Amino acid sequence: MTTNATARRAGPSGQRLHSVDVTPSTHARTLAATEWGGEPLRSAAVEVTGLVKRYGPTLAVDELSFTVPRGSVFAVLGPNGAGKTSTIETCEGFRRADGGSVRVLGRDPVRDATELRPRVGVMLQAGGGAYPGARVGEMLRLTASYCRNPIDPALLLDLLGLSDSARKPVKRLSGGQQQRLSLAMAVVGRPELVFLDEPTAGLDPQARHAVWGIVEALRSDGVTVVLSTHHMDEAERLADEVLIVDAGKKVAHGTPAALTRGEQPTLRFRADATLDADALLALTATLPAGCVAASTGDGGYQVTGPPSAIGPHLLAAVTAWCAEKSVMPSDLQVGRRTLEDVFLDLTGRELR
Amino acid sequence: MTLAPGLFTPDPGPASWHQLLRAQTWIELKLTLRHGEQLLLNLVIPVLLTVVLVTQSFLDLKTTSGLSKVDFLVPGILALAVMSAAFTGLAIATGFERRYGVLKRLGATPLPRWGLLGGKTLAVAVLELIQIAVISGVGVALGWRPHGNPLSVFVLVVCGTAAFAGLGLLMAGTLRAEATLAAANLVWFLLLFAGGIVFPLSSLPGGVADVLGFLPSAALADGLRTVLGEGAGLPVQDVVTLLAWAVVSLGAAARYFRWE
Repeated sequence: MTTNATARRAGPSGQRLHSVDVTPSTHARTLAATEWGGEPLRSAAVEVTGLVKRYGPTLAVDELSFTVPRGSVFAVLGPNGAGKTSTIETCEGFRRADGGSVRVLGRDPVRDATELRPRVGVMLQAGGGAYPGARVGEMLRLTASYCRNPIDPALLLDLLGLSDSARKPVKRLSGGQQQRLSLAMAVVGRPELVFLDEPTAGLDPQARHAVWGIVEALRSDGVTVVLSTHHMDEAERLADEVLIVDAGKKVAHGTPAALTRGEQPTLRFRADATLDADALLALTATLPAGCVAASTGDGGYQVTGPPSAIGPHLLAAVTAWCAEKSVMPSDLQVGRRTLEDVFLDLTGRELR
Repeated sequence: MTLAPGLFTPDPGPASWHQLLRAQTWIELKLTLRHGEQLLLNLVIPVLLTVVLVTQSFLDLKTTSGLSKVDFLVPGILALAVMSAAFTGLAIATGFERRYGVLKRLGATPLPRWGLLGGKTLAVAVLELIQIAVISGVGVALGWRPHGNPLSVFVLVVCGTAAFAGLGLLMAGTLRAEATLAAANLVWFLLLFAGGIVFPLSSLPGGVADVLGFLPSAALADGLRTVLGEGAGLPVQDVVTLLAWAVVSLGAAARYFRWE
């Protein structure tokens, strides 16, 4: 499960603060009992076991368990109302678990809040929580002044494209600017672990890339990142491990590579003309043995077949058939299914 | 984007307690002084009331204690200023901070709750010093000559602040922000006229006056008048009344305040 994470983190990434960083999580758990100076040194960044969270009769989180290794990026994916925010806010100490246990950096997030607060950075959903009347620079400097050795606020504002808004009151920021300020507030105190609840929701592409750059820099500097997101490409690009939840339950967990592996490889394309069942039968007839062309139902087409058959000959056969029929194929790609496919297969395609 | 390696290398820890307290006090004070309605409530209205009520003759004050008009009014306005800062202003600001998730968000920083409450307390104290300086200055210009022991005034203001802050925080921590806004302003307005601040309670029927005399506004205004107007010692009954309000309201606020 963590081979991907381990490989990625093996690169040059400056000084390592926690030697446990490159240890697979299962190993980390066996070492959790080793205490040193009162600190459960080898504990995972986050360890959730059988978490239950109820709001009245509604079961928001239902026996959820997962472990976040130190120094990794961990993405929690799920549709709206899946229990992502409830889970994260329980880890942040804002809510009490109704069942199960939550350990953050080896501590209890409610009982040990005073010790954990400086060590854990938090970005609330929708970037809330700044004084509406404070100016942007003022708010970040205030957050920095709570910390012993903060990052220079001006530098962070610059990295997040907020320098020009530094004198603007928080209440006059756009939603995306508030999100970025909130991210800056979460990391300014040099925490060991940050929780980012939908950090890129509603951001424009430039701002998303700026946030991704920060998350990647956090990881290479040894900070653990737990983020929730709706964006599959974000999880696929950033996360060492992905946890997919639906209706408060774990439906899948693993590296993006592991989650998208195991399916038979597929060739996908779109076409500028509609290919009906007869046309697809005709196409199938020209393909290598075992390959079948079919509509994917959303205006695209796919060819599936044995792994040995999905190769250059198949590609040539498809394009040759298209040339003969004067059909222009586009978005032509060969590969595994995307995390989005996995997600929709697991959580259903209907809107809820 | 290229980021210098090591920028985010963990090095967490809280700032020293005095830096936390100084930073929180300064932001709370700045936000109050920058806020138009807060300025109106805390300084403009008290000063205007002082000038208008002292110089205009439409308010005919029959005071039992025989104080002159300015000697009666200025201590009352000082009590009003304490109520504006510690009750109405604090309640509205805190109510909206709760509504906008500021209190929740600050709960996830190294700022402890005592730091937040300490910062608010010190910011209210500094605001009160500014109010007292301005209102006293205007009063003296209008002929006010204060008597009494400044220490007694200090004790009364501290007890009054505690009583009003407890009530303000109780309101801000339990009601919706809009309800707090409406209620805090309404209570301020009612107490201004019926709480012994600008009208002497002695002009009301005896039974009503006796009950209203136990309001925190009446206790504070009466206590300040006794000290500043008559040069009397510490008015024990008023101090005890304010302390009782403080214990009950701060206790209830600590018990029922919801941070989000």
